[in-house]
This record gives sequence, structure tokens and C-alpha cells, in this order.
Amino acid sequence: MDDEEQSLSLVLFSGTDDKLSAAAVLAVGAAAMGRTVNVFLQYYALDAFRADRIARDHALSPEVTIEQAPSVKNHPGTHWSELFRQAKEVGEVSVHACALSMEMFKLEKNDLDPLVDDVEGVAAFMADATGPMVFI
Amino acid sequence: MITVQPSKTIDARGMACPGPLMALIGAIRQGQVGDVIEVWSSDQGSKTDIRAWVTKAKHELVSVTDETGYTRFTVRKAR
Repeated sequence: MDDEEQSLSLVLFSGTDDKLSAAAVLAVGAAAMGRTVNVFLQYYALDAFRADRIARDHALSPEVTIEQAPSVKNHPGTHWSELFRQAKEVGEVSVHACALSMEMFKLEKNDLDPLVDDVEGVAAFMADATGPMVFI
Repeated sequence: MITVQPSKTIDARGMACPGPLMALIGAIRQGQVGDVIEVWSSDQGSKTDIRAWVTKAKHELVSVTDETGYTRFTVRKAR
């Protein structure tokens, strides 16, 4: 297996707790299995990583039905921010904030949770994200 | 049958995927080579994940035992 297959890039766009949880599970699993994980935060996902908002309720995706919502909300899983922390602990995981989205929401690096390593333009992210890429 | 006495037992029953695996990884990292860690998990994902991780991380899956409502995984830290 070459280095490209050993990495996983996650582009996070959605800022709802269900999608962020699904992404965090992928990140922690990939990191545990020895893959390098590159995370790029855009739009609402970036906003969800604000230090003052990361722990609050980010609601669920529009596609959730009334019947499904209680199952998702009551599931005793670990919070996605904690899963990302675990991913960084067990593996090589870098989290990059999209420069465009930073500007859109008038954010500075200090406004973000320490999980976020740096602010990057899309080309810099693509330079590292050479393997498979998932968009959530 | 040889019974291996675990150095540590983690009761991860009720934890959602990938919680039990992450608990195992934490214990393996803190342990010494040769330590035997037992994890109790009721999460279905553990059945595939613990085996996959132990193989990848080059430790040893000593035994997998089905109990009522959960599974006991015994892992030896090999390196």
C-alpha cells in the first residue's frame, strides 16, 4: 500500500451534529488504522468549530424524519468534538480551516477550537490531500 | 484450555462504536509489552473493529468470547 492509499481526506461542509458525528467516526477509525487524515472545514462545519459554539446543539440535517430524530438524539455516542480529539491522539490528523469560509464568517484563528490546526487556502489543502476524499 | 489473566479489564458495555476500540487503544498505549487487556463490549462494530485494529497494530488477539449481551475480547500487547 503506498502513501496515497494510506491517507483519507475529509471535506466537512455541513454543520449539523449528525453529519459532524458521521465525519468524526470516519476520522477516528481512519486514524486508528494508521491512515493520515486531512480535514478541511468549510462553511457551516467551520462555524460549528468555533470555540464558543462547538459544544452547543447544532441540530440535525434537514433529511432527518420525525421518526428518526429521537433515535439520533438519544443515541449514547461520544460527542463529535471528543471523537476528533481522540483521532488526533491516536493518529496523524490535521484540521484545516478554509480561508474563504473564515473570511465569510469574519473569523480569526483564535475564534476556533484548538482542534483546528491552521487556516489554509484550498490549493494548500489539495497539495496534501492526495488520497481518497470524502465530502460531508 | 489455557486461561490468560488480564492485566486490565475494561468494561465498555453500553459504549457506542468506536468507543470500546478507542478504550482498548488507550489501554494498550499505556500498558507494557506482554500486558493482556480484556475489553467487554456490547457494540456490534467491535467484532470487526477490534480484530482489524489488533492485526493492523500488530498485537495479538488472544480470544473472543461471546457472553450474554456482550463479547469479551482479550488482547496481548505485542510491541
